[in-house]
Amino acid sequence: MAAEARTRRTEAIHPVHAVLLAGSLPLFLGTLLSDWAYGSTYEVQWANFASWLLVGALLFSGLALLWSFIELLRADRRGRRNVMGFLLLLATWVVGFINALVHAKDGWAVMPEAPILSIIVAALVIGAIWFAFSGSRSGETQ
Amino acid sequence: MNRIKLSSAVAAVGLLAACGGDPDPSQYGPNPELPAQQRGLLPSMAVASPAGWGDQRPTVPQGYTITAIATDLKVPRQALILPNGDILIAEGKGGKDAPALRPKDFIAGYVMEQGSSTTEGGDRLTLLRDADGDGRYEGRAVFAENLNAPYGLALSGNALYVANQDALVRFDYQPGQIRASGPPVTVTSLPAEINHHWTKALAVSPDGRRLYVGIGSNSNVGERGMAVEENRAMIWEVDAATGFHRPFATGLRNPTALAVQPGIGQLWAVVNERDELGPNLVPDYLTSVRQGAFYGWPYAYWGQNEDPRVRPQDPQKVAATIRPDYSLGSHHAPLGLAFSVPAMGANFAEGVFIGEHGSWNRNTPVGYRVVFVPFRNGRPAGAPIEFATGFLGEDAARGRPVGVAVDPRGALIIVDDLSNTVWRVAPVRPQAAAAPASVQ
Repeated sequence: MAAEARTRRTEAIHPVHAVLLAGSLPLFLGTLLSDWAYGSTYEVQWANFASWLLVGALLFSGLALLWSFIELLRADRRGRRNVMGFLLLLATWVVGFINALVHAKDGWAVMPEAPILSIIVAALVIGAIWFAFSGSRSGETQ
Repeated sequence: MNRIKLSSAVAAVGLLAACGGDPDPSQYGPNPELPAQQRGLLPSMAVASPAGWGDQRPTVPQGYTITAIATDLKVPRQALILPNGDILIAEGKGGKDAPALRPKDFIAGYVMEQGSSTTEGGDRLTLLRDADGDGRYEGRAVFAENLNAPYGLALSGNALYVANQDALVRFDYQPGQIRASGPPVTVTSLPAEINHHWTKALAVSPDGRRLYVGIGSNSNVGERGMAVEENRAMIWEVDAATGFHRPFATGLRNPTALAVQPGIGQLWAVVNERDELGPNLVPDYLTSVRQGAFYGWPYAYWGQNEDPRVRPQDPQKVAATIRPDYSLGSHHAPLGLAFSVPAMGANFAEGVFIGEHGSWNRNTPVGYRVVFVPFRNGRPAGAPIEFATGFLGEDAARGRPVGVAVDPRGALIIVDDLSNTVWRVAPVRPQAAAAPASVQ
């Protein structure tokens, strides 16, 4: 029984990792919505919001990425299965960083790249979260 | 050159097309070539890290000497020659209230700080005196203090006007005075919210009744919203007696120095144009200022070239934009303007001297020098001539020119806000009028 409990603990996603990973989703989504709001109103404050939400999203997803990377290095069974989740998160972060550089442009110069990249990066992070959390669920059933 | 590490890193992975060589294309005169707009993922940035002058001096033309007449000032910006030959220097550092609004503002602020003096601004006027006329300014006094980032200076009769970053003030001035007799009187307050471009340039009409104040924009190209651009990016005409004011000309992004043309009283300005459209856009310029004219910012540049970064657009404003007179080159950052006098020597008798603070928004630095733009029949005629160079060394900036002032006895005063020095460039005097052969 003790052995089984320990296995379950290592295979479930760590709560801190879960917060970092899932917490980046509303920030990426907020970036996308703010981009949309700027595009439809020309109100520059929305562009400022987008820039800061994106910084927050990169911080959360960056820490989550670091966590996943360390898990991969430790190469336990759960980590190996989560290569896909790690790669998606890596892609999220790289595209998100490029998006941050785009968001540093002045005024309308961010258009149309900013919302396009925000859509891509939101889709990528949803994928990364899906793999990470479904991985932990299947781990429980083993 | 202290390139930004982030820039090198990103360039290394091949994301940047705009990076690389961008030699100065000699974009001078009335019809500059305007390349297509470009902006990579990162704006091009390079600032030269400061280094002291040591034994070095700026390079000046043959037949001229340069000496440092004051050092260890507290961020000197502009100079005014008083009728008795004394020199007033405005010292200060403004714009501290401009909040960093975006993540980028922190990075850009850090970059620009690398190229500035770490000295605290003096918020004062220093008076320099050469009592015996030997070109050495042995006398030095604090004329006034507790000002708020003073910049523009002008004298008319007994009225000494100082443009602080938030107000135009007036001191009573008597010839020979070395200390203000009391606190100044406020003529009018000036737009000071945010103060992204905080410097307030100043000139006075020949009759002393009207003052002209240059007020810079509150953003690069309207990215803080147009609400904060009320009364910005324009030149005010101020009634000296009442302080009443009205816009004299508008759409001038950052009019950093104003001067009235001797004889005809025409107002001229140097203007710093916008960034992040490429290393060779948009040209900074020298222009005679037409009353009521609109010079484009933020909707258009150099005539009717629309800036796509501004929303909502304003096609009427674009159509109303007039072209300035004379391009000084993109990102040169002219901050000083003074009309010459014949006593400066035959090659520099008619024209203007311009102090170029130097670029930060391109990979190959430009500016960092004082140029002379020759005039004929009261208009610019010909390419700029380098008058003082060597401010930018191989790998570091020794100084950055700001204000320039012409001493009618035949000397150019250059204010350097990086090395906190005031320089004086004068023709080498012949021993006697009958022995011109002794010159060089």
